[in-house]
Amino acid sequence: MSQSHAPPDSSKYYLPHGTPWPIIGSVALFTTMLGVAAWLNEWFGPEMFALGLTLLAVMFVGWFRTVIGENQQGVYNLDVDRSFRMGMIWFIFSEVMFFAAFFGALFYSRTLSVPWIGGEGVKVFDKIFLWQNYDAAWPTNGPAHLGPRADGSFEVIPAFGVPALNTAILLTSGITVTIAHHALKAGNRTVLKVFLALTFLLGFLFVSLQAKEYGEAYMHKGLQLSTGIYGSTFFMLTGFHGLHVTIGAIMLTIIWLRTLRGHFTPTRHFGFEAVAWYWHFVDVVWLGLFIFVYWI
Amino acid sequence: MAYSATAESHDHHDHRPSGIWRWLSTTNHKDIGTLYLIFAGVMFFVGGSMAMVIRLELFKPGMQFVDPAFFNSMTTVHALAMIFGGVMPAWVGLANWMIPLQVGAPDMALPRMNNFSFWLLPFAFTLLLIGFFVPGGAPAGGWTLYPPLVLQGGDSFPLAVFAIHLMGASSIMGAINVIVTIMNMRAPGMTLLRMPLFVWTWLITAYLLIAVMPVLAGAVTMLLTDHFFGTSFFSASGGGDPVMFQHVFWFFGHPEVYILILPAFGVVSEVIPTFSRKPLFGYEAMVYATASIAFLSFIVWAHHMFTVGMPLAGELFFMLSTMLIAIPTGVKVFNWSATMWKGSLTFEPPMLFCLAFLFLFTIGGFSGLMLAIAPADFQYQDTYFVVAHFHYVLVPGSIFTIIAAVYYWLPKWTGHMYNMTLAKWHFWLSTIFVNVLFFPQHFLGLAGMPRRIPDYATQFADWNMVSSIGGFGFGLSQLLFPYIVIKCIRGGEKAAARVWEGAHGLEWELPSPTPYHTWETPPSIALIHKGGEHWTEDGDDA
Ligand SMILES: [Cu+2]
Repeated sequence: MSQSHAPPDSSKYYLPHGTPWPIIGSVALFTTMLGVAAWLNEWFGPEMFALGLTLLAVMFVGWFRTVIGENQQGVYNLDVDRSFRMGMIWFIFSEVMFFAAFFGALFYSRTLSVPWIGGEGVKVFDKIFLWQNYDAAWPTNGPAHLGPRADGSFEVIPAFGVPALNTAILLTSGITVTIAHHALKAGNRTVLKVFLALTFLLGFLFVSLQAKEYGEAYMHKGLQLSTGIYGSTFFMLTGFHGLHVTIGAIMLTIIWLRTLRGHFTPTRHFGFEAVAWYWHFVDVVWLGLFIFVYWI
Repeated sequence: MAYSATAESHDHHDHRPSGIWRWLSTTNHKDIGTLYLIFAGVMFFVGGSMAMVIRLELFKPGMQFVDPAFFNSMTTVHALAMIFGGVMPAWVGLANWMIPLQVGAPDMALPRMNNFSFWLLPFAFTLLLIGFFVPGGAPAGGWTLYPPLVLQGGDSFPLAVFAIHLMGASSIMGAINVIVTIMNMRAPGMTLLRMPLFVWTWLITAYLLIAVMPVLAGAVTMLLTDHFFGTSFFSASGGGDPVMFQHVFWFFGHPEVYILILPAFGVVSEVIPTFSRKPLFGYEAMVYATASIAFLSFIVWAHHMFTVGMPLAGELFFMLSTMLIAIPTGVKVFNWSATMWKGSLTFEPPMLFCLAFLFLFTIGGFSGLMLAIAPADFQYQDTYFVVAHFHYVLVPGSIFTIIAAVYYWLPKWTGHMYNMTLAKWHFWLSTIFVNVLFFPQHFLGLAGMPRRIPDYATQFADWNMVSSIGGFGFGLSQLLFPYIVIKCIRGGEKAAARVWEGAHGLEWELPSPTPYHTWETPPSIALIHKGGEHWTEDGDDA
């Protein structure tokens, strides 16, 4: 593991020498994934999965402690800072493409495959020979009317209830994090701390409202993961988004704890900005979800 | 994009831990490049031995050696091992070794993540290969993982999905590192249009990787939830569509084939000028052609799906967009040929492999054009013609250029020359046998032999036997490669700094073998200019 013997020379690009964290992370991910596979295949219970997750948490804590420590020592010059920024931007781009796969599935099924199953155009034989009684209208759980209810019905969550409230919450949190950012740049630490705290509180509020809606959907609306293509796209998109909000809110909390310890300066605060960018990204994804999953 | 010099976290900076921990914990781009290349080499032989099983079973009609399910596992895992374990890690390994040397950077931009990208891979392939020992056997639904077939697999199904997730994470981190290194770590004066083409093609490859690996992750995640959690993405009874998987998969899959071949274009663009003793013809055109290919690769995916029942407009669009790719590819082949025109050519092993690439990749390109013709593809779809096509672009395409790259830079890495005579034997045996192996598969496909089957009608017997003989010959002649490389690492004639007298570029300004740390102070402008014979007049001021 790397240690500095001499005072850091910030005129140079810092290159670490040796690190234990990636190999620990690889073992952790291997354990986690073999654990999930074993669990899904019913070889044994979730023990291995839990062990993997624990190791993963150890890895994240250790790796970030190392990097934050180096950063506080001042070994990262502006070139290193720029590498981190570029890395974060391209990581977010990869996340955009991950969501694109699920949005693609939503658009494809809504505009192409569901009408085809309903007999649109040359696919008229689907209607004649396969599913005479299926009228393909969105939202749908398919010609087999999949889902938990015996009569195959289900209800959707109306856009202008909790989802609209959640939209307001996330948009507000986007504003509060921007206020915090400006305060950081202006050197106003009190405003920074207050508005950063507001941001992650709004994030956790969003997640808990979303969880409440999930409960409602599962218990009372017949809307589950297994409710045909609507349930599949709905829960996959909102679920992965909710996971990202949760991760984002945890990162915001960590950034907030770091501000309490006096980390970040008006000119150098990559960690803060990376989390803020990530937060705006989950915000934008939510707008897409609100429009295409809930609203139209 | 400039850096002044590197800070070392140790006083004596050649310090490295010894033993296994050095390799587990390393953050050095040369160490990590070596690890990638070793891993790729091992996977080439793992995937290659599966190909031997396939050719053994197909040597004669009838069932001889393996049962059909195991045969299907062989075709499936052969593809996954070769694509994700062989070719892609080999390119990342070469990127790790060469990009910092070629742009005058002290290391990759994010060294810890670099280690992570590598070490995920052995674990990913352990997950995949565990599949051979679980109930139901290894994945057998084809590397394209089409539902509903893939959902009927045994316990190895989730293992394969998670293996792909890990490979994807590894590729994305590797690609981020490449982009950040190129955009942020170039020495002052190394402008974009002064970069060697291997750097350019890798920059564009990395962009493709970040754009499509997450889409593959999404696709296999939907397979997983369809199998275990009751979603119906790919099931019509719930309103989904199995064809949707093919769209999502090939949105990844077609750019993926350029991920496998664009770095090859970069290597050929380095090797041919060196052994022609002429600057590359049309450097900028090569850059733009590469970028055009990358752009087009996103809008051609459904040429893999002409027979699934797409609307006519879709068939036409994807047919025409696919044919457009022939234009930038033609520019490249023309430029490589023009580079050799009136050059003083010599035929060292890297040049030989690149020349074979030029001819044989072009054959694969032409059969690709034939496949792009939608009505004709109704005949070719899922036949050995397709198998012949993609093996022509992948074996004498990607793999020959990986071998060429190793023969080109190996003396730089090890400080020793390798046995030229043996390497030329390696070339001639590979080139002859690869054609004996794959050329007859065109005939088999046109005659209607379907792919991914362990048995066939007796009318296909002759060419299958020829193909198998070619396969065994090709497989055996590859054993020369590790022998030559290991002997070269152990010793041999000292290599000069400029190993090939026609070579240009910053890596040749460094001693052979390269020290553990290089370009800790960036190369001077004069040195960069000296390496830049490929520039056009415009590029000089860019
Ligand atoms: Cu394609």
